[in-house]
Amino acid sequence: MVAAGWPGVDWPGVDPEWSREVAVASTSAADPPGTVRRWHLLDNGAQLSRRGLTPAGTLLCVHGNPTWSYLWRSLLAAGSDPARPWRVVAVDQLDMGYSERTGTFRRLADRINDLGDLTDALGLDGPVVSVGHDWGGVISLGWALAHPEQLAGVVLTNTAVHQPAGSGIPPALRLALHPAVHRWGTTTSDTFLRVTHSLAHPPLAADVRSAFMAPYRGAARRAGVGNFVADIPAEPSHPSFPALSGVAEGLRGLKVPALMLWGPRDPIFSDRYLKDLISRLPHAKVHRFEGAGHLVAEDRDIATPVFEWLAELGRDSGPGLQRTNAPADGVPPLWAPLTELAAGAAGGSTAVAEMAANGSVARSLSWRELEQSIAALAAGLKEGGVEHGSRVSLMVPPGVDLTVALYACLRLGAVVVVADAGLGRRGLSRAVKGATPDFLIGIDRALAAAAVLGWPGRRISVQDLPAARRRLLGVETSLAALGRRGSGVSPTLSCRGPAQAPDPDADAAVLFTSGSTGPAKGVLYTHRQLAAMRDTVAETFGISPGARLVAGFAPFALLGPALGAVSVTPDMDVTAPRTLTARALADAAAAIDATVVFASPAALRNVLATRDGVSGGGRQALEAVELLLSAGAPIPEPLLAEVQRLLPRASLHTPYGMTEALPVTDISLEQIQTADAEAAAGTVAGAGNGVCVGRPVHDARVAVVPLAADGTAPGTDFMTEAGVTGEIIVSSPHVKEAYDRLWLTQRESTSLPGWHRTGDVGHFDAAGRLWVEGRLAHVVTAPAAVVTPVGAEQAIERLDDVGLAAVVGVGPSGTQAVVAVVETVPPARKAGPASPQLAGRVRGAALAAGVNVSAVLAVTAQPTDIRHNAKIDRTRLSRWASRVLAGGRPGQP
Amino acid sequence: MKVLVTGASGLLGREVARLLVRQGHEVTTFQRRPSGVDSAADFRGSVRDDVAVGRAVAGAEGVIHLAAKVSFTGRAAEFDEVNVEGTRRLLRAARSAGVRDLVLVSSPSVANSGAAIAGLGAEPADPEHAHGDYSRTKAEAELLALAADAPEFRVAAVRPHIVWGPGDTQLVERVLARAGHGRLPLLDAGAALIDTTYVDNASSAIVAALHRMEHIHGRALVVSNGEPRPVGELLAGICAAGGVPAPSWSVPGGVARAAGAVVEKLWTWAGRKEEPPMTRFLAEQLSTAHWFDQRETQELLDWTPAVSLDEGLAKLAEHYGSGFAARVHRS
Repeated sequence: MVAAGWPGVDWPGVDPEWSREVAVASTSAADPPGTVRRWHLLDNGAQLSRRGLTPAGTLLCVHGNPTWSYLWRSLLAAGSDPARPWRVVAVDQLDMGYSERTGTFRRLADRINDLGDLTDALGLDGPVVSVGHDWGGVISLGWALAHPEQLAGVVLTNTAVHQPAGSGIPPALRLALHPAVHRWGTTTSDTFLRVTHSLAHPPLAADVRSAFMAPYRGAARRAGVGNFVADIPAEPSHPSFPALSGVAEGLRGLKVPALMLWGPRDPIFSDRYLKDLISRLPHAKVHRFEGAGHLVAEDRDIATPVFEWLAELGRDSGPGLQRTNAPADGVPPLWAPLTELAAGAAGGSTAVAEMAANGSVARSLSWRELEQSIAALAAGLKEGGVEHGSRVSLMVPPGVDLTVALYACLRLGAVVVVADAGLGRRGLSRAVKGATPDFLIGIDRALAAAAVLGWPGRRISVQDLPAARRRLLGVETSLAALGRRGSGVSPTLSCRGPAQAPDPDADAAVLFTSGSTGPAKGVLYTHRQLAAMRDTVAETFGISPGARLVAGFAPFALLGPALGAVSVTPDMDVTAPRTLTARALADAAAAIDATVVFASPAALRNVLATRDGVSGGGRQALEAVELLLSAGAPIPEPLLAEVQRLLPRASLHTPYGMTEALPVTDISLEQIQTADAEAAAGTVAGAGNGVCVGRPVHDARVAVVPLAADGTAPGTDFMTEAGVTGEIIVSSPHVKEAYDRLWLTQRESTSLPGWHRTGDVGHFDAAGRLWVEGRLAHVVTAPAAVVTPVGAEQAIERLDDVGLAAVVGVGPSGTQAVVAVVETVPPARKAGPASPQLAGRVRGAALAAGVNVSAVLAVTAQPTDIRHNAKIDRTRLSRWASRVLAGGRPGQP
Repeated sequence: MKVLVTGASGLLGREVARLLVRQGHEVTTFQRRPSGVDSAADFRGSVRDDVAVGRAVAGAEGVIHLAAKVSFTGRAAEFDEVNVEGTRRLLRAARSAGVRDLVLVSSPSVANSGAAIAGLGAEPADPEHAHGDYSRTKAEAELLALAADAPEFRVAAVRPHIVWGPGDTQLVERVLARAGHGRLPLLDAGAALIDTTYVDNASSAIVAALHRMEHIHGRALVVSNGEPRPVGELLAGICAAGGVPAPSWSVPGGVARAAGAVVEKLWTWAGRKEEPPMTRFLAEQLSTAHWFDQRETQELLDWTPAVSLDEGLAKLAEHYGSGFAARVHRS
């Protein structure tokens, strides 16, 4: 049955031996009985057996429209690796690629049947994993459902099986389907092909583009392209609708392992289709390649993850998540202290408050009122359709409304998505779209952005809006309305006891990383992990019910009610921490006789800058504060010492942590001073070279995986020996559950079972303190040494006329030249090489810290992240430095 | 070992010969002018002369070939005659005289098509894309030499990158003279990262090569200080050592490269003997990065540079004593 390979195979990346033709007896309704169809395939099966390799199974790869088997060449190459051979059969569907032009109109049901005819003819035995893209995804799944005995798994890339309710089909497809455009756009001309090829990011190489185009030259060869588009069941009356629905529904019963690799920059198969697929295959491993698009197999290396996933199939006992956590009982819900306080004697006292610009309390709720508001809103949200597992994006600034909305959602078992404006407009938009919330609760500004930027989710405003505004923003209801509705609902919904609490191992929240090291990542927490975070904060810092805290820093501030602590939000623009003035802080402290202050480093800088504006009463309130917590970025000791003068009684703490583990270690001002003195005196082994962040917090274990000469941390041994620099890893009950829809990232971060790899580098000293030396990705590999940036940066920053400094590498790994990029005081007029005098001093300072600097560049201002205004984008600086030092014109970093 | 050093009257050749003498080798030198190396047998002659070359190599076990026409301008035929044919002649004579090892002193410019080089090793010599007759002919010579490598006649090429030191007329004195008259611009603010070789390091690496032929024959190795610096800082360092003001004005590199190409042509056409103020080669050298991966070189030669860039500049300052500037203005 096997015909000769396609003559003159000259497709980049394809071994000519893979190309073959097969004659297949058709049983499809589109063909009269007895018809034999000629298929073209890329198939490495014969080659594997010629080389004496026995494949572990078969990948059956199905392209979409208008591509062909060429799309899967990277899988064919990877499957031919003798270390892990897999047979890869990539088909050209009939009327597509180099398969026969049948002259028939083949509908979805025919195409699913065609594929079965082909696999019958091939006589595939052993396990088969189906792989599909675009409409080939549906066909591959149709085949999968029809062959359960052979099916070992499914891989999906940018595809869809169902048009989610309440959304139209994508405009680009609507256009292609329009009668005036359809034939011309898809068949008569090659527009549809060219547009599809142009969706690659980065653009396809000319020879690859030409290979994709090759089988479709001439209108006669493109009939299949047009028919494919016409067969898209845009509405239930379409003849292929039942077949599509059959696949979509059948999927819910599919229990085999599933992998979804997705390019979110796809005008057709956007994140909402991914969300739909996840809802049908909830056990699927999902990875979104941020920045990749429709042709994800071209944009990114999909072969590596596919084959890593295949390797795990062999090891896993079965699909689904394997939880190692303790059983559910005995975990009090996050909000237990709140419930207790509301029911107790102090129920009438203030629980949460918000400050007004004039220094008075703008709004406050007692514990009882807070409890009632949460219960009412939870009931209202439930009525409004928020369910267990619903994702609710909260775009409400910290304060009373956010607190009520957050705890109401958590009680319902909804997953709160907290993307803050600190990600920047683009980062925020990307984060929200990627998390695909079902509901979006937002202030007016957030709702306006949602309307403009097309953020998903049913929209809920905070306050009641006028009807016209509501229509404009597409808002269904408001928190106020839902609360009113909920307070009328049966009080049993108020979720009082632990009996009604959600499963502690259910997802509770998605927080976002700051995006200072690549696109912001969603970080998933369960209820159990949030409760553990609360307990760690309570234990480490001694915050117990009765504490009164000023919440100037969002992540910890939300824990207030869960800690049983009274919290007040100062008057500030929370999206810009540096808008917190000393007076606003003092007013807030005075309003509740605060004992604790949470504030970011940027906020503290402004507080110091504006300290003269504090009145006598405010000063007293600040003098009464017992504890200050400031996290998010390192704080120079001199700054903290100044803060101490403003808060003379307070113990000043700067915990170290990250969105994935809040917090990891803690240190106080006195401890910082001791550590610095010991580093200077050299009395404690390992003290110095980095920022001392103290000792692990309650319930956390911290260690390092030593760095290799290439600047990576490849080993599996970890240690806490003094002076050994490595990647910092942390293990604790309050570490994240997973990265959201980032299966590959999650795997890397948990490659040491039970530990989270932080991506930071540092070392311990002999006193058990951790010193952070920078990011793993920012380690410079000079010929003689692996250089971590922070130690040299600190030495350089001690020069009088230098502000922020960053040490980066240029050139190939292992032989990089070390470059110091500095902000000068006063700022340089333009970016470029530093003067020889400054360069000499910077070089001297770095050399004293053991680092040999090749070049010194000055910038007008360092590129920093928006959220903390402190993390320097070293990757960007390094790219810029490479360009400048190669001899290009400086420009701006 | 009996060693012949050709081109020993130049800055680097003289240092190589002296180092060999200090190491106790029997040294012969061969060039047109007296070498000035004590305790070395000095043959005078040209690599264009078969007889003279044959006489010089007689009895040598090792040869270090530095003689070359080094210039930014001149007729192409002259470069070919000295650099390509001279090397061919020497190779032929050395092989027939039973010489065991030959080190050709080459240049990283043989593999430089004008693009920035950041942390690369020794790429193959490429006469077709090398810029200028010097680089082209040195590339051809290197290919010839490495092709002649055989078990009984081992050949290696060492490419020191921008050799400088006290008494250097190619870089140091040219920079000082021009900067002294305020005629030395920075190109693109002088940011290009450039590695150089202090003369003592270049000579010790070349001599090390002769001792490590077993490990390196048949190959080319780039040698440098392994201390890339922005060219502006480097020039400022040289100027400070020579007591003249550092360059302070900048022109775009693209403009200088274009102007250099024109000047180069005019100079050659006009038959002028002195070096032109700007050439395309010089403009490229001063406006694009050139620094190299030295890990393999150092390992293969079992050698590390003994004099750091800053130490070299200090020696330069010592050499000029009261300052180069004073001498310029006297002359």
